Amino acid sequence: MFDFLDSPQYDLLGAFWVTVQLTLYSALGSLIWGTLLAGMRVSPVPLMRAFGTAYVNVVRNTPLTIVIVGCSLVLHQTLRIELGGGTSKEIGFKMAILGLVAYTGTFVCEALRSGINTVPVGQAEAARALGLSFFQVLTLIILPQAFRSVVAPLANVMIALTKNTTVAAAIGVAEAALLMKEMVENESDSLFAVFGVFALGFVLLTLPTGLFLGWVAKRVAVKR
Amino acid sequence: MQFRKTSAALAAVLTLSITATACGSGNDKGGDGDKITIGIKFDQPGLGLKTADGKYTGFDVDVATYVAKELGYSADKIEWKQAPSGERENLIRNGDVKFIVASYTINDKRKAVVDFAGPYFLAHQDLLVRADDNSIKKAEDLNSKKLCSVTGSTSAQNVKTKLAPKADLQEFGGYSECLTGLENGAVDALTTDDSILAGYAAQKEHQGKFKLVGLELSDEPYGIGLKKGDKELRDKINAALEKMKSDGSWDKFVKANFGPANYQSEPAPQITEK
Repeated sequence: MFDFLDSPQYDLLGAFWVTVQLTLYSALGSLIWGTLLAGMRVSPVPLMRAFGTAYVNVVRNTPLTIVIVGCSLVLHQTLRIELGGGTSKEIGFKMAILGLVAYTGTFVCEALRSGINTVPVGQAEAARALGLSFFQVLTLIILPQAFRSVVAPLANVMIALTKNTTVAAAIGVAEAALLMKEMVENESDSLFAVFGVFALGFVLLTLPTGLFLGWVAKRVAVKR
Repeated sequence: MQFRKTSAALAAVLTLSITATACGSGNDKGGDGDKITIGIKFDQPGLGLKTADGKYTGFDVDVATYVAKELGYSADKIEWKQAPSGERENLIRNGDVKFIVASYTINDKRKAVVDFAGPYFLAHQDLLVRADDNSIKKAEDLNSKKLCSVTGSTSAQNVKTKLAPKADLQEFGGYSECLTGLENGAVDALTTDDSILAGYAAQKEHQGKFKLVGLELSDEPYGIGLKKGDKELRDKINAALEKMKSDGSWDKFVKANFGPANYQSEPAPQITEK
């Protein structure tokens, strides 16, 4: 039943390691990009607000597969942009991160914006009264409090991101879903076992993330 | 205590996920009453393709239609069902289709869960290159080239493990995505069964742009997949395939579907799955 796991032709841990790498890089990138977007959406500059709103609404409502395959087909295969070059696999890895950051950033932005709304208006008014600029109000007063109240929703975004990395298989990144496709192709006599192993792998990745971040959320939440 | 809860939850999740996928079996919809459901590919020009106006064309479709006719179902009694590579065994096992004609290579792993009739066609793994490119003569030439294939496919794995381990392999979800890069020079060759490559080369929008190299990198005998142990159906299908060869239909189907690509296919193979 599970004898395929002993076969040297499958590097299960290696594939999941690529999944973890994709997740971590994309998480970092999307947190930064999402924060920038959230800043744009609450800024006093109309043009920035318009760009942030338009970007979030367009990208959030585009299927992730289209975003990632589009990155690879349009940027790499057609325009020959190689993001620092390397083999097809390396370029694919970078393209996948680019797509995941562009997509996940929108969800981070919306989670953060809901956090900004939990900060009482009086905080911003007091900060302005002290003579702080918009940028200072945002980075010193609003965002630190907003972040503390949205750890739980952000955890959901990160768990969704972990599972979304499987879409990178569509452009040939050698992560877990690609290995699963190879196993399904070869091990047609034990499909459910293959599926079970990968399902369990993702549960092992996402469950601790959820438990840990849930605990963090409780610890850092602003008690109002 | 917390740890115990976690492990229990883990077990529950795993059993749930296994059972959730194992449902949906039992009801034999493969051929109830006067209709027959046949699994084909919807996205392989020349073999099995659903066209924009909802028609089905290709060599596999022609073979399936012929076999169905021999089994007593006219063309208007056929319901086509998409059979993606990864789902073929389950479609057969659950009785969603009566049989599958979808570039389905006969091999031992698959024989453990389904039965085959045929083979009705012998394909080989080959390469598709730009029409003006003569730099690839043998498999070893690929080691310095950029190559494209479909994620997880047997052809892709052959390249990785046997043919050209140093080749720069780009994998995509479908062959069409590979053609974009091949046309623009982002990849140098596309690899899969020659029958599928011929189908793409023969498409109107690609004619004259690409050519087959003509390497026989593997043997891919296509069989018709059916439920394990259904000997009666297998014998009937084999008889239909024999008749298809002897009355000239096989040659006609090959010419009609692969002709425009100048693809020299193997002669019709002997039936081995009895």
